[in-house]
Amino acid sequence: MRLALGPLLYYWTRDAVLEFYARVAGLPVDIVYVGEVVCARRRALRADDWIGLARDLAAAGKAVVLSTQALIESEGDIRAMRRVAERADFLVEANEMGAVRARGGRPFVAGPHLNVYNGATLAWLAQLGATRWVMPVELSGRALAGLQRERPAGVETEVFAWGRLPLAFSARCFTARHYDLPKDDCQFRCLEHADGLALATREGKPFLTLNGIQTQSAQVYDLAGALDELRALGVDAVRLSPQSAGMDEVIAAFRAALDGRIAPAQASRALAGLAPGRCNGYWHGAAGLEYREVA
Amino acid sequence: MLNQFRPDPILAGVTARAARGRDDRSFLIIAAVPKPELVCPAGALPALKAAVDNGADCVYIGLRDDTNARNFAGLNFAAAQAAEGVRYAHARGAKVLLAINTYPQAGEHARWTRAVDTAATLGVDAVILADPGLMRYARARHPALRLHLSVQGSATNHEAINLYHEQFGIARAVLPRVLSIAQVDELVRHTAVEIEVFGFGSLCVMVEGRCSLSSFACGEGPNTRGACSPAKHVRWDPRPTGLEARLNGILIDRFTPGESAGYPALCKGRFEVEGETHYAIEEPSSLNALALLPELARIGVAAVKIEGRQRSPAYVAAVTRVWRAAIDACSAHLASFAVEPGWSAALAQLAEGQQVTLGAYHRKWK
Repeated sequence: MRLALGPLLYYWTRDAVLEFYARVAGLPVDIVYVGEVVCARRRALRADDWIGLARDLAAAGKAVVLSTQALIESEGDIRAMRRVAERADFLVEANEMGAVRARGGRPFVAGPHLNVYNGATLAWLAQLGATRWVMPVELSGRALAGLQRERPAGVETEVFAWGRLPLAFSARCFTARHYDLPKDDCQFRCLEHADGLALATREGKPFLTLNGIQTQSAQVYDLAGALDELRALGVDAVRLSPQSAGMDEVIAAFRAALDGRIAPAQASRALAGLAPGRCNGYWHGAAGLEYREVA
Repeated sequence: MLNQFRPDPILAGVTARAARGRDDRSFLIIAAVPKPELVCPAGALPALKAAVDNGADCVYIGLRDDTNARNFAGLNFAAAQAAEGVRYAHARGAKVLLAINTYPQAGEHARWTRAVDTAATLGVDAVILADPGLMRYARARHPALRLHLSVQGSATNHEAINLYHEQFGIARAVLPRVLSIAQVDELVRHTAVEIEVFGFGSLCVMVEGRCSLSSFACGEGPNTRGACSPAKHVRWDPRPTGLEARLNGILIDRFTPGESAGYPALCKGRFEVEGETHYAIEEPSSLNALALLPELARIGVAAVKIEGRQRSPAYVAAVTRVWRAAIDACSAHLASFAVEPGWSAALAQLAEGQQVTLGAYHRKWK
């Protein structure tokens, strides 16, 4: 199983992004997804900057994938998406169906937001050029087993295994709404929240994370304890989603478990301090926010 | 069946678009005013009859299982009831659309393909699908069956819609409630596929088909189970601090005496962000795009959809009546169309929290 670093979902300063990926070049991940997936207004890095970053990471031996924006609304969004999707020099992760069309038959990764829930849909995407698919985060281990049985030849499976869960997208920016700002003049308040803006219930229980137009879980999804099951199901890669602190340690723990240097349960214990709260209910076919201790 | 379904709305759309830029007077003289179809919800036979009797052009329904996105206890149609509904509607010149718009789960595909077979047997006028694998099945097995792309298919741009058109020959796409009116206009110009938009009803704040908030909170969501914030997970707790609404134990909101307590759809609760308690995602409110009707018609939108298969026949009748009158008035006098106060009052009565919004059509909502 290979280790993949998913696209950065938050808005960090240009320096923070460049510094992060300079470090990633030396970390033991095999696949790195880059690009702005969440919001078209986040332009600290321009398209050329992302390509430059992708080239540097490729030179460092990483398998680099360019990720497209998940919610496309305007003609401007479409143009930006096409510039990524039409590139022949990199593999592309399509995060909505427009990018699948724009890809024009070139190989692509079917991202986690494409709603692949069954083998018939996966087979269709494979015909259009999908060489890998990322399981929707809400699917369970049991559902994955079913999909793996229906998976067409030549398509790899990747599973989201660490990070706050990307749960929903909206036309509305919830960060701007919280600050009572219009989306078109959001003053880039996302920059103040390197891991999103925490949302709790009225009795103070962590529930969700607001990340611009995206809503995530408050808890970090952690499948480190399930790595043996993932391997047994024939999963090809596990995805770690970037967070602002402790990413080196997260990568190290998953790497050690994948290489068999530590047991998955041990990796899970090592990761406990690196997340404010964890969840894994989806994997067990339960409510996503539940957490079941790893035996 | 394909040909009999519509006169030629694509042409009507093109005519409408070609006429843009002229003043409304010449438009009225030169081309027939495009008249969007009115697509109304029915959770059961009485609601279907109410919709047809009050002027719906189309009624959309679901079968009684998790193949559709309103899989609620006691709701929806057994095959025999659906057949009666189709007879009733067709006898009165209305169409019936069958929503099969959840995602087939691996290993359980047969339930969904059976639903498509049932649709073909029933002679419905179109099926509303979200899953590409299922569209491929429908196209191969029932080539004459008209396909609509469900809002649950999450296609928000013309590239995506045109992909479904090329691949499966979809005739119509229902747009997620994320685009501004200018963006709807732009999209319509770039596709031959008919466009259906939401006009009234409960408002999804998130892109439909791409929201896992419900399954995150309670294990059941629209994509997998055809339900959002399902009633069986809802608990009402009277406490000294107020009436608490919980979803699978999670506090969605707390209401003081006198405050109106709406259904705890989890995106419409009050939460704490940085020490401030507010409707962090959305207030309880309904979409009402009645005022945008002339603009939607000018753009060439083929159909306007009313949300609410979970609603009563009385609700469906009332909303259908208002929208029928409005669409007819708009079609007759596009330039001078004005929303009648009686229509607004009737719809506001029926809205969630008695509040209405233009939603994403209005850029400021975003």
